Parts: sequence; structure tokens; C-alpha cells
Amino acid sequence: MWMVTEKPPRTARLAAAGARAAVDDVFGARSAGDRASSAIFFALLLLGIGVAMLGLVGLVTWSIVEGAPRLDANLFIEGPSTLRPETAGFRPAILGSIYVVAGVIVLVVPLGVGAAIYLEEYADSTRWWNRLIELNIQNLAGVPSIVFGILGLGFIVRGPLSLGQVAAAGSITLAVMLLPTVIIAAREAIRAVPQAIREGALALGATQWQTISRQVLPASISGILTGVILAIARAIGEAAPLLLLGAVTFVRFDPQLFEGGFTTLPVQIFDYARRAQAEFHELAAAGVLVMILLVLLMNSFAIWLRNRYEQKW
Amino acid sequence: MTGSELAAPGTRPGSNRSRLEAASPHYGEKLIQGLLAFCGIFAVAATIAIVFSLMVPAIDFFREVSIVDFLTGTEWSAGFADASYGVLPLVVGTLHIVFWSLLVGIPVGLLSAVYLSEYAPERLRRLIKPVLEMLAGIPTVAIGLFAFLFLRPLAEDALPFLPWSGPYSIGVAGVAVGLLTVPLIASVSDDAMRAVPRSLREGAYALGASRLRVSVRVVFPAAISGVVASIVLAGSRAVGETMVVLLAAGANPGLTFDPTESALPMTAYIGSTATGEIAAGSVQYNTIFAVGSLLFVMTLVLNMFAIRLVRRFRQVY
Repeated sequence: MWMVTEKPPRTARLAAAGARAAVDDVFGARSAGDRASSAIFFALLLLGIGVAMLGLVGLVTWSIVEGAPRLDANLFIEGPSTLRPETAGFRPAILGSIYVVAGVIVLVVPLGVGAAIYLEEYADSTRWWNRLIELNIQNLAGVPSIVFGILGLGFIVRGPLSLGQVAAAGSITLAVMLLPTVIIAAREAIRAVPQAIREGALALGATQWQTISRQVLPASISGILTGVILAIARAIGEAAPLLLLGAVTFVRFDPQLFEGGFTTLPVQIFDYARRAQAEFHELAAAGVLVMILLVLLMNSFAIWLRNRYEQKW
Repeated sequence: MTGSELAAPGTRPGSNRSRLEAASPHYGEKLIQGLLAFCGIFAVAATIAIVFSLMVPAIDFFREVSIVDFLTGTEWSAGFADASYGVLPLVVGTLHIVFWSLLVGIPVGLLSAVYLSEYAPERLRRLIKPVLEMLAGIPTVAIGLFAFLFLRPLAEDALPFLPWSGPYSIGVAGVAVGLLTVPLIASVSDDAMRAVPRSLREGAYALGASRLRVSVRVVFPAAISGVVASIVLAGSRAVGETMVVLLAAGANPGLTFDPTESALPMTAYIGSTATGEIAAGSVQYNTIFAVGSLLFVMTLVLNMFAIRLVRRFRQVY
């Protein structure tokens, strides 16, 4: 082996030239058929990725074209009205969404991050109960959202908790649904912190919790935050489980956390979309536009956060 | 692992050497560990609660309706005087959605994955990946509305020779769900293909293989378990998708094999029944839980299968 700056010896250069000539001779220029199939395949790949991009662009463009005429102040300050569909809006739904999402954050962040810390820092993964927890979280992540609605209906609205059809029931249901997402993201972030940092802290006499709270968590906070933001974006857009909690009622008043009916933005959109009048369809499209903008904003913030603070150890 | 073992690494309980354990018993530390373990157990409790809330009313339901009639009956007419609870039309509705969504999702998702993993320059990749993630983050009710108000009329304009009727179509709903599964298939398959070691590619290139050949004959077969896992996950996602189906597929509980017609997949049945006015405890109310149990079992089986496959491709390399 020689240094890069040095020229390779003459014999080596000759050998390389010979090898190159042999390769050209044997494989030569590719046949026309080979080149054509490569080109066709490449075109297909571009078509595939193009269709995927087109789906997103088409959806956003459509919601702008369809919903823009209704994108005014009424959208935010008016409630639903069958008498005046042309000025109806999303006020109770937006407030409901804020309540529900606030509840989700309060529940899912400590529970999700706590479970992730337990699994990464404390749990002995050879024990069957810890393996059970892990397998369970993986499976919970794949349960359809509407099944969480059934959980909410059978366990939270009625049954053991019996909270009734209130915003808090929606928060709990969505928090359980998003728990696996937050746990998996937080675990990945915690796992990315190198072992040496923990050992350093422990060697200086820190207890295990001091090590976690002052070294591991600060080092993994951006990854955890990314997962939390993505989960919140999902909570904002999720409608299916809330339908089962009775969130589709025509709510004209501002909702409360533990009393009275509630609705959220996506559920209200669904409700408007099912109505016959074209005004409601436009209104639904305007709601979709607001929701998509919000969700895209949050997702891009999460992606930016991940790229900006992704730590290379 | 207990707290004392951590406080004194290297000492075993019962050894004669002077104990290195801290003087204070660190109750706070143990309390924190207990709280964190509770968070982990909460996830298990959630699963038990799901099974419990599904099972109790479902058992009530199967007291009234035999489980064989439920699984093999071809007529679903819940809520009528002469009610019939054969779940097959709903299952066929769900299979419609799975079929049409995979018909879109597999080619588009896999082509995107091959492009991202084997062809795209790094800078383009860094641009496309987030866009796919954005698509994955779009609320499903938005895609449902898009399918109902835009794709369905578009499909009728594009294919006027098909027997379209009414504002709903199970096929169009399936295609819209397919749009949702694209990012899932693309990102899981892309991960699997990128996990294929460089040396395999380099070996193939050294033998004079073209990029097409390397992608299709070397990387793709090596990543096949991940690719299959992505498709299974997409199928499970399509089975469980609710809002798109509820908005765009209609509510015709008849057994149909025509994609232009309206149908009633399982999730749409649950969603539409739950939003209607039905008394808790009635047979019709309990159908929600019976159909929900079937849905839960179906997705559970698909997910377990996918988890196994993913574990395999993670282990080999």
C-alpha cells in the first residue's frame, strides 16, 4: 500500500491498465436491450416516487382550492349551524381539540417517557415480564385506532371509569393509543446516548436516577421531543376513536373538560362532510386545510428538530 | 436488577467483603424505579383493558347469536326486526379495501423504496424522505374527504364506462387507503434494503452487474423479509383504517364484489353504528364489540407475523 500523494509504481499502473482493458473486453458496452430495460426501470422508479409525491401535492392543492373561499374569521369564531351553513364554523371543535390534545400531552408524556426510561435503563430484558411489556407495546402500536375507541367506549365512557361522553374521556383514549408511539421514539432516543456517559456519571458517585435525570435525559431530549410532537400531530388529526366516544354530536357551546358533550376538529369535519349541502362540503374542506397546515407545520418542526439536534457521538 | 446491585457493582449479597453499598438505603431511588416500572406496566394494563372491553359485550352477543352463524353467514341486517348477523359481507368489504389499497401501495411504495435506497442521490433522499413522512402524517379524515369529494368524481370522469352509482365506491376508498399505505411500505422496505450490506452490492458490481440487476436480483431478494413485513403491515393498516372508509365507501351491508359499488367494511360498520342512536346493552350495540373483536384478532395476527419478519431481517445483518 502506498500513500495517496505518491504515484503508484509503474508495474502497478500497468497491471491496473491491463485489468481495465480486460474488463472492457469481456463486459464491454452493454447491449441495447440491457440499456433499454435499465432506462425503463429507472422511469418506473421515478413514476413510483412521483405518484407518491403527487398524492400529497394533490391533496394539499385540492384542499386549498376547495376550502380557501371559507377560510375567514367565521371559521374560527362561529359554531355549527344548520340554518346558516354559509357562516358556520369550527369554534367548539377547535376548542374541543385544544382540550383533548392538552389532556393527551399531560397523560402521554410522563407515562410514555417513564416507560421508555424503565425499559431502557432499569429493565432486565432477559426477564419474562420485561419481554412481555416490550412485545405488548409492539402489538399495541399495531392495534387499529377504532379499537381504542371501543376501549374508550367500554372502559372509560361506560364501564369501570364511567366518565361519560366528555373531553377527558377523549384525552385518555387518545393517550393510550399514542403511548406506543411515544415509548418507541423515546426508547430510541435514550438508546442513542452512549454508555460511556452513564458510566462516567456513575463513576463520579451519582445515583442511577441522578445519572438519568441529569445526563441521559438532557442528552436525548431532542429525540424524545420529536416523538412527542409527531404523536401530538396524530392526536390532532385522529377522529375514528372519538366517534365511538360520542364526539359527533352537534356541539354548539364551548366544551369543558369533564362536563357536557365535546367534538374535535376532525370529527366536526367528518360531520360536515356527511351533510348534503355543498356549503358544508366547502366548510369541511376549509377545516381540512386548517388541520393539514397545522399538522404539516408540526411535522416539519419535528423533522427540523431531529436534523438540527441529531447528535453524533 | 435491583437498586442495591446498582449501588454496589461487583458485590454479591452474602459475600464476606465489606459492603460497598451506599450508607443510605436510597428510598427515593427505589420509589422512582417503582414509578417508572408502573409506566411500563400501564401499557400492559391498557392491552388487558382493551381485551376486557371487547370481550364482555362480545360474549353477551354470542349468547344471542351463534358464533358459527356469525362467522359464516352471508347476510348482515343488524337492527331490522328479522335481524341476521352474518359477518361475511363486512369481511368482504374489508378485503376490498385491503386489495385495492395494496394494488396501489405495493407498486408505488416498493418503487419509491428502491429509488430511495439504490438510486437517489443523498441530497434528493434527504428531501424526499420528509415528504413521505408528511404524507404519513396527513390526518385520515382529510384523505377520506379528498377521496369522497375529489377522487370519486374523478374516477367517474376517467372511467365513464364503469357502472358507477351513488356517491360512494369501495374501490375508490381502497385506492385512497392505498395512498396512506405508500409511506409505510416505502419506509419499512427502504430500511430493509439499506440494511443489506454494501459488500453484497459491491460483489455484484464487480461481476459486471448493472444497477438494475443489483437492485432487483441482489438487494431486493436479500431484503425480502423486510419487504414482506412492510406489505403485511400495510395490509393490517388497511384492515383497521376507518375514516377514509367511513366517508368514501358508503354503508351498503350487502355482499358485493363490484369495486364501483358501495360496501360496508368492518371498521365503517363500527364507526357508523356507534354514531347512531342505539341503546347500550342491546344486541345491535353488542355487534360493535363482536365485529371489533374480529378486527382486533385479524390485525393482531398480521402484526405478530410482521414483527417476526422484521426481527429476522434485523438479525441476519
